[in-house]
Amino acid sequence: MATSVGTRAEEGEFLASQRYEGGMRLAARQLVRNRAAATGLVCLALICLCALLAPLLAPYDPVQINLSAKLRPPGDEYLLGTDHFGRDVLSRLLYGARVSLLVGLIVVTFALSIGVPIGLIAGFLGGTIDNVLMRAMDAFLTFPPLLLAVAIVGLMGPDIENVTLALGVVQVPVLARIVRGSTLAVREETYITAMRALGASPLRIVTRHVLRNTLSPIVVQITIVFSAAVIAEASLSFLGLGTQPPQPSWGRDLADARRYMADAPWLFLAPTAALMLAVLSINFVGDGLRDALDPRAWRTRRRRAGRNERAV
Amino acid sequence: MSLLEVVNLRTHFATDRGTVRAVDGVSFTLDDGEVLGLVGESGSGKSVTALSIMRLVREPPGRISADRLVFDGIDLLQAQPQELRALRTARIAIVFQDPMRSLNPVLTIGRQLTETLRRHQGLDAKPAARRAVKLLEMVGIPSAAKRLTAYPHQFSGGMRQRVMIAIALSCNPRILIADEATTALDVTIQAQIVDLVKRLTREMGTAVIWISHDLGLVAGFCDVVNVMYAGRIVEAGPVRDVFQRPSHGYTLGLMSCTPRVDLVGQPLTPIEGLPPNLMEPIRLCPFLPRCRVSVGACASVLPPARAISPGHFASCHADLRAHWRG
Repeated sequence: MATSVGTRAEEGEFLASQRYEGGMRLAARQLVRNRAAATGLVCLALICLCALLAPLLAPYDPVQINLSAKLRPPGDEYLLGTDHFGRDVLSRLLYGARVSLLVGLIVVTFALSIGVPIGLIAGFLGGTIDNVLMRAMDAFLTFPPLLLAVAIVGLMGPDIENVTLALGVVQVPVLARIVRGSTLAVREETYITAMRALGASPLRIVTRHVLRNTLSPIVVQITIVFSAAVIAEASLSFLGLGTQPPQPSWGRDLADARRYMADAPWLFLAPTAALMLAVLSINFVGDGLRDALDPRAWRTRRRRAGRNERAV
Repeated sequence: MSLLEVVNLRTHFATDRGTVRAVDGVSFTLDDGEVLGLVGESGSGKSVTALSIMRLVREPPGRISADRLVFDGIDLLQAQPQELRALRTARIAIVFQDPMRSLNPVLTIGRQLTETLRRHQGLDAKPAARRAVKLLEMVGIPSAAKRLTAYPHQFSGGMRQRVMIAIALSCNPRILIADEATTALDVTIQAQIVDLVKRLTREMGTAVIWISHDLGLVAGFCDVVNVMYAGRIVEAGPVRDVFQRPSHGYTLGLMSCTPRVDLVGQPLTPIEGLPPNLMEPIRLCPFLPRCRVSVGACASVLPPARAISPGHFASCHADLRAHWRG
């Protein structure tokens, strides 16, 4: 490495000013360098943008019935055609993204905020606490996920909040188990003893060191939970238990489209493609994130460092 | 008054099959700037002794008791968790055996160095980073400033151990415990690390507890040596005395299985057998089944500590004067 910087003291000054906690920045750079992850990230960003800007982007009202224009194939007037009520498929797709992404986001947040602490506490403290927490999680795990959702929706009525809650509850024990497993492994590492020898408090060890080392499996699980939630919402809506008509939802629209599969294939192709794109993007981003969060998996550091130097 | 006073330290572990007496009545003192060697084979209780002093043994399953365990006027057995945390690394620091696993793999070297400085010395990010660079330079890591953003896996074992030493010495502790700090390294690096620790602790006046099973290292570095076997100190004394006049069958055994430059070509004598099961109560000398110099009394009475010369003690019935050098 060539040094354009002068003395060592200056170098220290320079690095100090840069904030040495550049770990996250390096990780972000790794993520972007991963082609699949970068593509996924762009797609996901586009989908999010579409969902956010749906009112601006949508050419028509997604629930506006226009029977004179029903089952129009894709064309100039209706970019992706219309459905059996003459509603614009593109507009419904854009608005449907809102439902899917929101459900995914809330389910992940819910599962994370409850499952991760449970897993960390159980794994780090061990003993009776571990046993009690994990048996409770086991009890939850015995319910078939979709059936539990159906049951909750059956009890509380078919609406999207109940679906989200049901899907979130189902994912809590999965995350708790994964976090606990990693915590158990990390807890026994020498560097955790070393951290204790440095005078770090248990809370600090858990939040700064154990959690950080369990991030990879958590991130992978987040992407799985997210895709599962998006698909589950679509499934439940397909069954008529989630989003209620006329609200647009990818699953809901798929359910309606199946009757016209032969006559109007664009009706099911559009939401299917959207669903696939969303789930695939999330999975790619998840894979990339997992690698980016583990510095040991950064293989091309040297080349990148070289590139930086040229850039400077 | 001694810096560290350990009297009758016992660390037991409750297991499903019984109580393991990992450390069973260890006593020693350590003065300011003194270098104490703790030698013995695997499982003799060296590391548990060190962890007990730092109060790093998990309790339960571990249970630490002692008649006295006092560091600089602080009763380590009565100290609250916060007090102990404030003590660790700031005043008693430890370097572990395996440098490959002692650093958090997902945090940069800089983060791990500065975290300690910020915690114990209340430094802000920038001064901490500057001090971290100084510390890395002190332990001989080239282009230290650039290394702050490196991750542990980009460092070799020797470099990682240097980093661990830098972290351990970052707050100028009174005691540095090196728990087999060079065992995982190859011989040339070993020598460098020993020299480094020797030089730095001498400069800073730090007392050292050097735990090792390498008698040669201990002989060259320590002022005083304690030989441990089955959780007890079986022989203790000034390094020169112990090595020239070994007075316990185990010390003698250790010395005859250590290669010596002046005796090249002579076969080494291994210590036959296995260390005793630490779950069983000890009634006789624990080394008896493996001892080559045992005498009649060994089969009936547990040998008490016996003064060989001022400051040199051994718990052995046998008279080993025939094996003394010089």
